[in-house]
Amino acid sequence: MTVQKTPYRVLIGKPGLDGHDRGAKFIARALRDEGFEVIYTGIRRTAAEIAATAIQEDVDVVGLSSLSGAHLRLFPEVVNELKERGGADIPVLGGGVIPEEDIQLLLGDGLNAIFTPGTPANTIIRSFTEACQQHRNHDANK
Amino acid sequence: MTPTSKTLLAGLKKHDPRAIGRAISAVENNGDAAADLLAALDQDLINKVLVLGITGPPGAGKSTLTSSLITTLREQQKRVGIIAVDPSSPISGGAILGDRIRMMDHALDPDVVVRSMATRGRLGGLCASAGAAVRIMAAAGCESIIIETVGVGQSEMDIIRLADITLMVLAPGFGDDIQAMKAGLLEVADFLVVNKSDQHGAEALCMDMEQIFSSKQEETGIARVIQTVASEDRGIDELLASVNNFADYLRISGMKKERRSKALDAETLDWIIEMLRPRFLQAMKGNSGNKDPRIRAKELINTILATQNSPPNIFKETTL
Ligand code: B12
Ligand SMILES: Nc1nc2c(ncn2[C@@H]2O[C@H](COP(=O)(O)OP(=O)(O)O)[C@@H](O)[C@H]2O)c(=O)[nH]1
Ligand SMILES: [Mg+2]
Repeated sequence: MTVQKTPYRVLIGKPGLDGHDRGAKFIARALRDEGFEVIYTGIRRTAAEIAATAIQEDVDVVGLSSLSGAHLRLFPEVVNELKERGGADIPVLGGGVIPEEDIQLLLGDGLNAIFTPGTPANTIIRSFTEACQQHRNHDANK
Repeated sequence: MTPTSKTLLAGLKKHDPRAIGRAISAVENNGDAAADLLAALDQDLINKVLVLGITGPPGAGKSTLTSSLITTLREQQKRVGIIAVDPSSPISGGAILGDRIRMMDHALDPDVVVRSMATRGRLGGLCASAGAAVRIMAAAGCESIIIETVGVGQSEMDIIRLADITLMVLAPGFGDDIQAMKAGLLEVADFLVVNKSDQHGAEALCMDMEQIFSSKQEETGIARVIQTVASEDRGIDELLASVNNFADYLRISGMKKERRSKALDAETLDWIIEMLRPRFLQAMKGNSGNKDPRIRAKELINTILATQNSPPNIFKETTL
């Protein structure tokens, strides 16, 4: 068959009780418009549910959105749940209302990148693209 | 067999969700590389699995009904696989796969496997790899598989072929969609689910549908029009009981086998056309003129098939 670019698959999840979903949906649509296949979990999911879904759906990258202040607990929890399910190779990006001083902590906890309000969509898409490429290369080298 | 396929196959036998996900991606992204995996799937399990197709207009409650069916099938200790198809954007090629949202309550159940898939340009309501995904899930021990189609209307005939039993979901307030489907999917669906029966108009819709389904109903004595309130898990036991009765009828009468073999023929033909596509696209280049397309097609086929060594050559330049 012809060599064709196969779409990247990503999951956008909202862990915890936070109901602000505009940002998550905005990111999902922006990614769709750039050719990504986006699985959206909806609001109020546990870290374990998000990780289990990411594994089943065989996504390249997980994106998490949080605006309510629970990111320091929930984002690393998703990273750990992924690890426990054999998905340590899946990069996790995060975004939302996140204070500057928390960003370094999250990066130290295994998050790939964090984006705060006002970030242009292009910057975020580039980051997803790079993370997806990284994941596919990782797969290919196995 | 490649080492990757070997690992995936071993994973499927252990119901490993990561292996199931990867195997489906392998087929979806590059069928050729996964050919040895597909060839080695457990055919007995594939023959045994019951494949339910769920179609109907967007918003009728397909995903919600699927989630309720999962709940009931799990109570019966059945391992379930779900394939939920959503449309790819014709412009970007991307897709938002949102059916999952309504099925998230099953996310931590190891015996529920959900795969969201995008149509990737296919028009019949499914994606080209849906059949392979069904077989992979079956080989991974799923006993019932539910496929949720895109739900764009009467052109969704793919599901009738792929599923053993097709359920059309409707709800009060979908009058226009129903009119559009009368000469189409409605005629060939096995069951008609009147969902949102908590809403006004459900009784009238039911009576309307009973009329359309009366001859089918008489044929087997199995109720074919069933009311549900998927959002409250109501009517699901009755629906599954009828579906199971009908599944028995199909199996005993030999019709399940017949449907399956027709489906495989149709899928094979799809792949023939799909695999020939690049070769013919190439042959069309620089050979247009004002010929009638039908005449031109015949000429191109004759030219290509008449080429010396055409069987070994036909995929040349196009295979990986
Ligand atoms: C709109 C809004 C609401 C709406 C939400 C509507 C909805 N369905 O989303 C409503 C009115 C319902 C609401 C309610 C509440 N809100 Co409010 N809300 C906002 C507000 C004004 C804007 C949020 C928004 O939609 N922005 C637009 C989107 C597009 O931007 P975004 O989500 O930030 O996303 C961008 C980036 O963050 C990033 N991003 C986001 N997610 C992701 C994910 C990934 C993977 C990546 C890569 C990037 C990324 O990319 C996007 C583009 O740049 C913010 C203030 C603010 N300026 O952020 C407060 C704010 C978030 N709300 C707040 C609060 C306190 C509440 C309430 C608790 C108020 C109350 N007491 O009732 C409730 C709780 C609601 C709930 N159930 O959780 C606080 C949170 C404080 C905190 N974190 O400590 C904020 C920060 C206001 C404030 N300054 O106090 N809110
Ligand atoms: N009142 C009522 N609403 C329902 C019922 N089933 C589903 N819904 C709602 O109908 C909407 C569409 O459901 P969804 O399952 O996403 O439909 P789909 O597009 O066909 O998959 C959602 O808001 C559901 O909560 C039902 O039986 N009664
Ligand atoms: Mg749906």
